[in-house]
Amino acid sequence: MKSAVVLLPGLNRDRDMIAALTKISGKPPLTVWQTDTEIPDVDLIVIPGGFSYGDYLRCGAIAARMPVMRAVAEKAARGTLVMGVCNGFQILLEAGLLPGALMRNASLKFVCREVKLEVANANTAFTRGYSPNQIIRCPVAHHDGNYFADAETLARLEGEGQVVFRYAEGTNPNGSINDIAGIVSEGGNVLGLMPHPENLIESAHGGTDGRALFEGLVGKAA
Amino acid sequence: MIKARVTVTLKNGVLDPQGKAIEHALASLGFSGVGSVRQGKVFDLELEGADKGKAEAELKAMCDKLLANTVIEDYTVSIT
Repeated sequence: MKSAVVLLPGLNRDRDMIAALTKISGKPPLTVWQTDTEIPDVDLIVIPGGFSYGDYLRCGAIAARMPVMRAVAEKAARGTLVMGVCNGFQILLEAGLLPGALMRNASLKFVCREVKLEVANANTAFTRGYSPNQIIRCPVAHHDGNYFADAETLARLEGEGQVVFRYAEGTNPNGSINDIAGIVSEGGNVLGLMPHPENLIESAHGGTDGRALFEGLVGKAA
Repeated sequence: MIKARVTVTLKNGVLDPQGKAIEHALASLGFSGVGSVRQGKVFDLELEGADKGKAEAELKAMCDKLLANTVIEDYTVSIT
């Protein structure tokens, strides 16, 4: 699997993401900088987490208007898989590649802990390494992960199986509506999620529950 | 030179945890009778030219494209 990681000033989870992609796909991803207007042909584009542009204006708002995001949108429209984690999810929403918005956590506090996730839809390119309704562990670390969408959008997301990860067992860390932790686009090829599967891929991390996401992507899923 | 002020506020129905926290803080300072607080943002802009109609249209485009997230926020533009 060929992959590319988008780099923007202020992101800080890029190294973890590059390590996870390299370890599991066997090939280091390409990196593309925010001013790049073209992205080489790859199977997967990842926007990692962090604090692009210091979260100025709104989380992800400035990053979403950078030239590289037009290139990401073009690739997404042609079916390339795109995954945004944490700040990457915020950027995809601000860029209009996914519906809804992420607001300040209901607690108003930054949360950095482990949560339980339910795989609400195991029938996507990103989740085929999991079984339906499987409960997995996953770390979260964010201040603005409180997903919101209007009633109509929410009904569509739920009806079409676009909610793929849900906080489970009472671990919703941010007040997110319907416990939503991750959603896919209508076409199913763009995923945004707040938790960090790249930080739970080897025993040194204390668990490997995030591994199946990457293994599913590279076709190594059991 | 045209001076303008853009005000961005959360839409009705969108929960505002920061506004709620401010509301509670006001109550704890003894300001009773505060029904609700909603937090927003203000942008003061200086635009070249003197055509107010054109400036207003441009400011609205700026709001739609960047200054506001219209999924959760409303905006108003006023030219002074």
